[in-house]
Amino acid sequence: MSTPESLHRALGLSDDEFGDIKNVLGREPNHLELALYGVMWSEHCSYKSSRLHLRRLPTTGPHVLVGPGENAGVIDAGDGIAVAIRIESHNHPSAIEPYQGAATGVGGILRDIFTMGARPLAVMDPLFFGELSDARQRWLVEGVVSGISGYGNSVGVPTIGGELTFDDCYAANPLVNVLCVGALPKERLVLGIASGVGNFAVLLGSRTGRDGIGGVSVLASAGFSGEDGATSIDDAKRPSVQVGDPYEEKRLIEACLALLDDGLVLGIQDLGGAGLVCATSETAARGAVGMDVDVTAVPQREPNMVPYEIMTSESQERMLAIIAPENLDAVSALCAKWEVRASVVGRVVEPVLDDEGNAVGMLRIRNGFDGEILANVPAKSLADEAPLYDRPRERPSTLDAVLADDPTLDEPEGSANDDLLDLLVDPAWVYRQYDSQLFLNTVVGPGRDAALLRLAGPGLPHSTRGIALSTDSNPRWCALDPRVGTALSVAEGVANLACVGAKAKAVVNCLNFGNPAHPSVMWQLSESIDGMAEACLALDLPVIGGNVSLYNESGGSDIDPTPVIGLLGVVDELVAPPPGWGWGEGDAIVLVGVRRALGVQPFPLGGSRWATKRGRRGGVISSFDAGSLRPTLDFVTEEIAVICAGGESDVTAVHDVSGGGIAGALGEMVAATSRGVVVMDLEHHGELFSEFPGRFIMATSNLDAFLTRAQASGVAVTTLGICEGDRLRVGSSIDLPVERIVVKRRDALEDALEVLG
Amino acid sequence: MNRVGVVVFPGSNCEYDAVLAMETLGTTAELVWHSVTDLSGYDGIILPGGFAHGDYLRPGALARFSPVMDAVRSFANDGGPVLGICNGFQVLTEAGLLPGALQKNIGLTFLCQPTTLVVTSQRSVLTSGAQIDQELVVPINHFSGSYTCDDETYQGLRDNDQIVLRYKSNPNGSRDDIAGIANERGNVVGLMPHPERAMSTLLGSADGRVLLESFVAAHVAA
Repeated sequence: MSTPESLHRALGLSDDEFGDIKNVLGREPNHLELALYGVMWSEHCSYKSSRLHLRRLPTTGPHVLVGPGENAGVIDAGDGIAVAIRIESHNHPSAIEPYQGAATGVGGILRDIFTMGARPLAVMDPLFFGELSDARQRWLVEGVVSGISGYGNSVGVPTIGGELTFDDCYAANPLVNVLCVGALPKERLVLGIASGVGNFAVLLGSRTGRDGIGGVSVLASAGFSGEDGATSIDDAKRPSVQVGDPYEEKRLIEACLALLDDGLVLGIQDLGGAGLVCATSETAARGAVGMDVDVTAVPQREPNMVPYEIMTSESQERMLAIIAPENLDAVSALCAKWEVRASVVGRVVEPVLDDEGNAVGMLRIRNGFDGEILANVPAKSLADEAPLYDRPRERPSTLDAVLADDPTLDEPEGSANDDLLDLLVDPAWVYRQYDSQLFLNTVVGPGRDAALLRLAGPGLPHSTRGIALSTDSNPRWCALDPRVGTALSVAEGVANLACVGAKAKAVVNCLNFGNPAHPSVMWQLSESIDGMAEACLALDLPVIGGNVSLYNESGGSDIDPTPVIGLLGVVDELVAPPPGWGWGEGDAIVLVGVRRALGVQPFPLGGSRWATKRGRRGGVISSFDAGSLRPTLDFVTEEIAVICAGGESDVTAVHDVSGGGIAGALGEMVAATSRGVVVMDLEHHGELFSEFPGRFIMATSNLDAFLTRAQASGVAVTTLGICEGDRLRVGSSIDLPVERIVVKRRDALEDALEVLG
Repeated sequence: MNRVGVVVFPGSNCEYDAVLAMETLGTTAELVWHSVTDLSGYDGIILPGGFAHGDYLRPGALARFSPVMDAVRSFANDGGPVLGICNGFQVLTEAGLLPGALQKNIGLTFLCQPTTLVVTSQRSVLTSGAQIDQELVVPINHFSGSYTCDDETYQGLRDNDQIVLRYKSNPNGSRDDIAGIANERGNVVGLMPHPERAMSTLLGSADGRVLLESFVAAHVAA
């Protein structure tokens, strides 16, 4: 039997936090109340270790309609259309049960988007696994990909891109991030706010079960008993990873959007982490009102659920809508059409006055609306007032030795031909399993620099604009220098958007880091946030949302810092596709952007894929060179935007230089176009394989005209060679038949996965 | 064709795309909820792609019991043009309006990719305007798209010229590379590829237009 004193620890609350709760309430919390604080003050819900640092990010801009802190960030994309975007992680569930973990990750992020009144239009999935030579990793990849495919395709939202990274640091802790974008007529924007005393809180969607109950495993092991009935939690009812039902979610999406179209909803909030307690306390806190919740009114999937379970269950496919009582019949009828359950579970009530005369909205959990009060706590204290921590930070003492072990000056062994072939992997096996075309918007789908969509969808005003999306991360850079590595990741995202003619408008981020109790991890997180802030300020980008995933560690070993940067861009006029990776015979090939990196090494190989493949994880990376980046990014964006708008252009191909460096980019373009190219001698391995963003390979059918425009824009251009023949030749270092590149890139992933073809 | 009905089951998801394609061709299209039992007033019916009733049990197995399907059967029996795309094709086979069945792809994964189709019959409302042997780039997007039927049915399809579209390179293990078939009369057609996704070069291909233009040009047979 646990005493109340040890119960709070079992719920993940520190002794100080327990003291804070007693101060808030002015009394001892009962077990149910303590459990509510346990989930709401968890790292997952409260961002208590990261929030202090996140405040350093720039979050505003004239086009930002909703910034961080809401369910999704929203920008004004023009033509009366607002675009909502969010990114999240579903790392830990996916490690345990890859199919359901990934599937429910998709389901959760969709709800964050249609909560804002937006129809979800596209999903992207950055995925990180260990090396595929390990059978468990192959199992994880197949499970995660089929989970995304199974849920996303069925729910009817196209998956238009992502990332696929293999590195041993993810072997025990894979990362499954998911980004979703949606669009809405600007005037339909709704927020998760409870308002209007007497209004109803209606729970929509699935019944509530015991799945995914936060911390219950802890509770169960604590084996406590109490008057709130938690005694009944035993091993036989241990929670499982949440199970997704895309058919339920599809009907829920349609019902919610129809409710919003008909003006029947005043505020709406999805149920995600921490379930009903999170949704009710957050909506009440934002509206500065109180809310009564009747636990007996919540439809339950399993018998004998106790209030604690009902309030914290993470059962999927549920939403909480705030409606006026007179609209209840209309809401019920519309939900019945879509076969969506709708139950009044809460009522908005007047705030109470505290001792100092301040209005305080109380969340009251009741046994029947007029029944016994089981819990009575200030909603704001749950939602917003978790303690913030400035955890100890320390630059790892081992880092200097790592930086000194620089592969850049190594005498390369083996041939550049083999090195290049080794780097080429086509992710098509993954994205072929995703519906990437639904809604007839996909101009550039998965597998390219960035995805490009028409800005259109059911119920949206007419527009000829496009939106572009990319997700970028480079944990190898960030392991060496989290600040500069993150800044460069932002730059790479902007470069990807430039390749489809889109001007970057907003950033979202998913910060995947290790254990925040390790000072080195907190240092990485803090540095990474500073790097993101620096890049966003330099490139005029607001950060409009994010997610922090900590505790990505196993056996005491943290993952490499993995900030994933999601970029949202806009193309003002999209009537023709951007050129892509395929060039024409006789076209000139140029490198746009600086030839040499700013920093210690002109062609740094630290953190490059080339070095990592050779087991070299040390060295220095390039600096963040805002001065040369901006004009280069602007120039390429404008060159491609002209083509998207239907204009004439001599540009026939564009690809940003990223993983695998110039050699990797050329290899991918050769594979895409099945045509050869002859390039001048580059400065050995460094220039071939060095990775720093802000450089592009472009092809032009009129070199003189292109050079003139570049010069007028003050952008550096190096003429590399000419597109001809059936071989990829780079000076005396690379000479490969096109066919060999095509086949190697096409088959690499399926061969590694041992897929039977 | 002035007015096309696009049937929406709970779980359908290509209904807006079908409407958009019809509108692109200058025709009015309306969403028809699956509980509707009267389709009079429509000149053609489309069963769109998606996951009707969640594809529970198997694709189309529950949708065949939706009230609208009796109306679709009557509409077809009266000679009305009926087009089932992807999940709509699966529903038509489950409802017995087209012979055979769609089983899981041979590779046991979902496939979303462009395919090249070959027109093999003009004797249907979908292919009347296309040329025999014409090649069309149209994407597929399915897990269960491998057409199968018994030998007798297969012989009947061949004898009556009901195989209207074949894959040039078979992606899913479909019998005889079949991508789309018609009923004997030619007014009911089902295909796994998505012609509504191939209406514009901006999105990669406009080759689906010739198919949907044929459908829109079709009249209710006397």
